[in-house]
Amino acid sequence: MADFGIKRFGGYVPRLRIDRSLIADAHRWMAPNLRGQAKGARAFASWDEDAVTMAVEAGRDCFNGRPSDAIEAVYLASTSLPYADLQHAALVASALDLPTAIASNDAGYSQRAGTSGLLQALKVGEEALFIASDAPVAKPASTQELSYGAGAAAFLLGTGDDVVARLLGAASVTAPFVDHFRAARERYDYFWEERWVRDEGYAKLAPQAIAQALSKAGIAENDLTHFVMPSLQRGAADAVAKKIGFAGKPADGLAECVGYAGTAHALLMLAHVLETATAGDRILLVGFGQGADALVFEVTAAIGNAQPRNGVSGAIANGIATDSYLRMLSFYDGIDLEWGMRSEKVAKTALTEQYRSGSQIDALIAGKCGTCATIQFPRLEYCVNPDCNAPASQFEDYSLVDEPSQVFTYTADWLSFHPAPPLYVGFVQFDNGARILMEVVDVGPDGLEVGTPLKLTYRIKERDRARGFNRYFWKAAPAGVVGA
Amino acid sequence: MATGIKDKVAILGMGCAQFGERWDTDSSALMREAFDEALADAGIERSQIEAGWYGSALDNVNVGNSPIPASTALRLDGIPFTRVENMCATGTEALRGAAYAVASGAVDIAVAIGAEKLKDTGYGGLPIPFKGTFNDMWMPMGSSPAGFAQLAAGYRAKHGMSKEDLKRGMAHVSWKSHQNGVSSPKAHLRKAVPMETIINAPMISEPLGLFDCCGVSDGAACAIVTTPEIARALGKKELVTVKAIQLAISSGIESQMNTWDGSHVRNTRSAATRAYKEAGITDPRTQLNLIEVHDCFSITELVTMEDLFISKEGKAVNDILDGFYDADGQVPCQIDGGLKCFGHPIGATGLRMAYEVYSQLLGRTGERQISSPSMGLTHNLGGVPYQGIACISILGLA
Repeated sequence: MADFGIKRFGGYVPRLRIDRSLIADAHRWMAPNLRGQAKGARAFASWDEDAVTMAVEAGRDCFNGRPSDAIEAVYLASTSLPYADLQHAALVASALDLPTAIASNDAGYSQRAGTSGLLQALKVGEEALFIASDAPVAKPASTQELSYGAGAAAFLLGTGDDVVARLLGAASVTAPFVDHFRAARERYDYFWEERWVRDEGYAKLAPQAIAQALSKAGIAENDLTHFVMPSLQRGAADAVAKKIGFAGKPADGLAECVGYAGTAHALLMLAHVLETATAGDRILLVGFGQGADALVFEVTAAIGNAQPRNGVSGAIANGIATDSYLRMLSFYDGIDLEWGMRSEKVAKTALTEQYRSGSQIDALIAGKCGTCATIQFPRLEYCVNPDCNAPASQFEDYSLVDEPSQVFTYTADWLSFHPAPPLYVGFVQFDNGARILMEVVDVGPDGLEVGTPLKLTYRIKERDRARGFNRYFWKAAPAGVVGA
Repeated sequence: MATGIKDKVAILGMGCAQFGERWDTDSSALMREAFDEALADAGIERSQIEAGWYGSALDNVNVGNSPIPASTALRLDGIPFTRVENMCATGTEALRGAAYAVASGAVDIAVAIGAEKLKDTGYGGLPIPFKGTFNDMWMPMGSSPAGFAQLAAGYRAKHGMSKEDLKRGMAHVSWKSHQNGVSSPKAHLRKAVPMETIINAPMISEPLGLFDCCGVSDGAACAIVTTPEIARALGKKELVTVKAIQLAISSGIESQMNTWDGSHVRNTRSAATRAYKEAGITDPRTQLNLIEVHDCFSITELVTMEDLFISKEGKAVNDILDGFYDADGQVPCQIDGGLKCFGHPIGATGLRMAYEVYSQLLGRTGERQISSPSMGLTHNLGGVPYQGIACISILGLA
């Protein structure tokens, strides 16, 4: 497997941030000791973000607009996916406009689904997109509510001169060590004693896997440049690094601004490390949970040519500070608010129609008229241009997701039911002439104005709470400082 | 070559229910109020009506689907009866159906009735419509004010106008309607409102505050139409005839192409152009004596003044602030208080507007009567400015 590895990488972190002190303050009346952990900020998913939407964003960041026709498989790892028996990788593949002739699979049910899944995909040796995405939900006033975050990382795997990180070796250990669990129908995790988890879990299981991996890779501890190991526990990664004799500083756990992104966290850290890695660097990636995975990569000279669009760093820099703990709580259904009768709208999706409209809705594929070149969404039966009206059979597919656009009209609607009021809505005017009425999200304190540059983001359009089904679609967001 | 319906249809009688929060009244009773008045005004028997058009937009807070509940409510037996729905232009659409039937010679006397019982929704504002299995998958679910509020952003951008200047023009629109509503007994809201209350009201959909939005109410209105000849044979001396009814629906250009500038409503301009031609109007600014337009929101009325070619583009704010459309101005607009004071029971609104123009032309409006009008216009706007339905009727003395 020496020439096989990571060709491209990308990451995504939700833009919404909350200072941990705001969470701790909200619970001070009953849990004053949370204050001790209330440093920095954590990311949290907006009401319309989940593991699927974050996966799509990470995939876009990884591709950075490059075509992906050679892909043979797409894999998604997560423990916070919205469905029990609907394959999410297929939803992600469709939103990313990947070819239909690919394999797909979801990996889950494990804190190390990210590292184990990545290792499995690397072993298969096909060109594949591997994404880990998680928005773990914590019980209000638990320590996890402060330490959890959300995020996704995506890796294009394959072979060739453009491999940026070759897999040198890998190993796993498996043990029935239950540090925490979430019952199948429960919302929140249940945790066992921290020190036991650290001493008997991380400190004993991870080094076993690491030793085997290093042996397979044929290198020693002091050949490693980067030590990448996620941990919910402060100091656990440092303890393991010290125990195996790693001389450097373990990779940034992203605790200050992101928080622990569940099964995606190891890969989020890896994507972050790759942003600044240089040729010859050796990276140890460790995943923990009912055992441990250890993967050893060697960075190649191709690293200079493969940068993500925004990367994890860009996503971190692009945060929007929020000031309400109840907002976050509401977004993950931690509080049952009175939304009024307008929220009773029936949101049932006709699955026939959803499948029929296929790539139009999933990947925002507009139609470009073969006669007059007008780009239009939605693509209906005839060209919208009154001087043309050519039949849609002459249209060619035209993706709008990466096209430059700006605000043409807008309003902030306080009357409609919206889980994050006000509903910003308006026409998105694309430079190529297309125009679509869209919801605008992640609007900061500056609001909108005609002409504000926008970028598109994949989101939950509407949640059908009666049936538990999400409609996904694209929304616009102010382009912000990064990735405009 | 079509010749249009100018002067081929006369209004034999009209009626209008008391608009408002009619807690103890259902749709059938509202229809009965409007129908009784129209029937008495027309001076005919129920059995003389040969066809009917029933306008209702929301079947779930009205009497349901089909015209059967309307024909049952009015006890109109065995005649052709059609339910029409054209969003907020539904009332005028019902009138169009009845007028066209008479103009075609198919029937002698037809009734148009529209009713809506919005206060049975359980909350303020309009219910959220289902937009279809495909559209609901991508279209944002903004409220009605959100649809029209976007005109404000487009208008400001087109004309380089400040938020404050536009808001002043919008506020005058609402202020004027509230002034007029005081002398309009069938209106829902009959209280003058100070300008600062309007400007400082809570935000509904930026920049539309509470007083930039029309009320939600229950109501019904009715018209009985026939030919001018039959009207005269039935003893009518002074006749109000239909000069034009025109309807224009969007094909999606505004919302899918970059040719629309966001500052106006294309369909109003299309319908107005055709209606003026049908009615023989060449200068609406001097030839129209009063207008009732679709002031669902203040910004709508403001741009409509330009879309009807009465104010010049970019100059509606000046005309509005100059009092051109006030009760004592050159073209009084919403002399009865408009949607602002009547509320907007959708199926009834267009017919309610026609009722006011008809009543004004016949000099029946008491305190708010304007001096000897001969031509008036009604305008409805359904849907949203960027994908909508505009319906215009012009009524005048024969």
